[in-house]
Amino acid sequence: MKKLIALALALVLALTACAAFAEEPITLKIAHIGPTTGAAALYGLATQHGAEIAVDEINAAGGKYRIELICQDDEHNVEKVINAYNAALDAGAQMILGTTTSKPCEAAGAQGYTDRVFFLTPSASSTAVIEDKDNVFQVCFTDPNQGAASAQYIADHKLGTKVAVIYNNADVYSTGIRDTFVEKGAALGLEIVSEETFTDETTDFTVQVGKAQEAGAEIVFLPMYYTPASLILKTAADKNYKPIFFGVDGMDGILSVEGFDTSLAEGVMLLTPFVATAEDEKTQNFVSKYQAKFGETPIQFAADAYDGIYILVAAAEKAGITADMAPEEACDLMIAAMKEIEVEGLTGTMTWDESGAVTKTPMAATIVNGVYVFGD
Amino acid sequence: MIFLDHLINGLSLGSIYAIIALGYTMVYGIAKMLNFAHGDVIMVGAYIAFCGLQYWGIPPVLAILLAMVFCTLLGVTIEGFAYRPLRQATSLAVLITAIGMSYLLQNIALMIWGANPKSFPTTFINGSNIRLGQLNISSATLITILANVVIMVTLTLFTSKTKLGKAMRCVSEDRGAAELMGINVNRTISLTFAIGSALAAIAGVLLCSSYPILQPTTGSMPGIKAFTAAVFGGIGSIPGAMLGGILLGLIEIFGKAYISTELGDAIVFAVLIIVLLVKPAGLLGKPMREKV
Repeated sequence: MKKLIALALALVLALTACAAFAEEPITLKIAHIGPTTGAAALYGLATQHGAEIAVDEINAAGGKYRIELICQDDEHNVEKVINAYNAALDAGAQMILGTTTSKPCEAAGAQGYTDRVFFLTPSASSTAVIEDKDNVFQVCFTDPNQGAASAQYIADHKLGTKVAVIYNNADVYSTGIRDTFVEKGAALGLEIVSEETFTDETTDFTVQVGKAQEAGAEIVFLPMYYTPASLILKTAADKNYKPIFFGVDGMDGILSVEGFDTSLAEGVMLLTPFVATAEDEKTQNFVSKYQAKFGETPIQFAADAYDGIYILVAAAEKAGITADMAPEEACDLMIAAMKEIEVEGLTGTMTWDESGAVTKTPMAATIVNGVYVFGD
Repeated sequence: MIFLDHLINGLSLGSIYAIIALGYTMVYGIAKMLNFAHGDVIMVGAYIAFCGLQYWGIPPVLAILLAMVFCTLLGVTIEGFAYRPLRQATSLAVLITAIGMSYLLQNIALMIWGANPKSFPTTFINGSNIRLGQLNISSATLITILANVVIMVTLTLFTSKTKLGKAMRCVSEDRGAAELMGINVNRTISLTFAIGSALAAIAGVLLCSSYPILQPTTGSMPGIKAFTAAVFGGIGSIPGAMLGGILLGLIEIFGKAYISTELGDAIVFAVLIIVLLVKPAGLLGKPMREKV
């Protein structure tokens, strides 16, 4: 009898010890792939840094998971991204937070689809990124959604009816947004008075801006990155043309161009789910940590990546991912979990469906005195 | 009124192409080689001027002079190290060297200044914009066109009136005979590169004053377009470079304005093809018969 009790007690002790061991956080290996060098380095570094803030927070808080962040550089190049992807998998990554930009993400995501690796991209917004595959999910809106959301915002806030569009017809990002903007704009009663194009190497925008001015456009829609946008702003200033410029997420970063005269960007509006000046506690907490660690104010890409880490952890928890799970096994579990979770992040309250696209409310900010401000 | 607007923009853009094309045409005329690194010397000049204005806070005129001096030294150095040893080699070897030099300059610039585009400070060139009714002419445009005229006049006087200028024309006509006449060919070619590179620095500052984005690849497309302009106007001919540059700028702007912005670049290069089919030596070029 005594022996039995002793045995029982020993078993209980052993089980408790095991339970105590089971409380050890599970190491989750997440790879961040983005352009940390090259022309798009602004975006890749932003997503990496945003992820790092989230990783620090989660690891410090304890909890079920501990994150090991593996970082790889894809140089915004569709060939180099595959090297980065392979390097990440070799380093033991179980899932990918990336890639930051659309074209490389299409390439890497396709590879991941064949290999069964889960991708959550913070900012790659073209539809091709999630098309024909189930393993890629987005934190950001797809470009078509950005185009439609911009048209909706302009119509709802009655910013004007005569709209000019200047877009880069060599870039899927730009053309994708332009297509849905024009379609939705027509349905909402916006009049597209001028539509002009340019290419990657264009530096002279006098013709495009001149035509918009000639057509009397009150709003100029700029679905492009901030570099050509800054040239357009200067050209318009030279021509004494003062429409409302409306951009999308690629416009973000225009204030950080070295030597840029920020007064040129005064009054520019852009579709963005995050501004660093928002008053809520979550944003301010993130912004102050980011400024303390990296010495600069975060752009929305950083917020997207920050949310991305938290989304991955939420989905992993739902799916029951373990430390030794191979990426292939984790992939299907994560896909199932993503459709069931709802995450309240910096960039909004987000849910997903099986296409991989996110659902959340679009918001726009205005540049006032060199800072982004929400509201009109 | 809008036509005038396009005209002036075309003249401004054309002036930049003309100044760059001068570098190409002079070097081809005298050293008989195509210096594809010229566009990147422009980029380096622009970066030096940027550093001067932004980081070292020196007055604009000094910054431009500094860029000119630096580019001149750079041009002469490149010539001495990379092109002179290949004087007797096939033109293909020199061409490939030039392309390699172009990439070298781009990547060194990438290493030094990083890939993040920089905004060239235009406050020094932005005086008051002239306003004629609906027309707005920025001061950068005016200064560009003016600079082009001044350079054209100076260079024409230099090559026709001064001893060094005449020596350059001699070397371009017949290198062997020039050497026999006592002209130091090496020094003349170095001088050509020096002048070309100094012009490149000016072109860089003017380019970035009108289009204030500066990246390591900034010189690449203008370089190609200016090379096109030089060929278009007749490679080896200084007035040809001027004419070619301005015409190309006008064609590009008018093509974009009245035909289609999507086809803008295609139109420019299509014109080049047509001209070369009809008049292979270019508009002002003299057809050269070679004795085989």
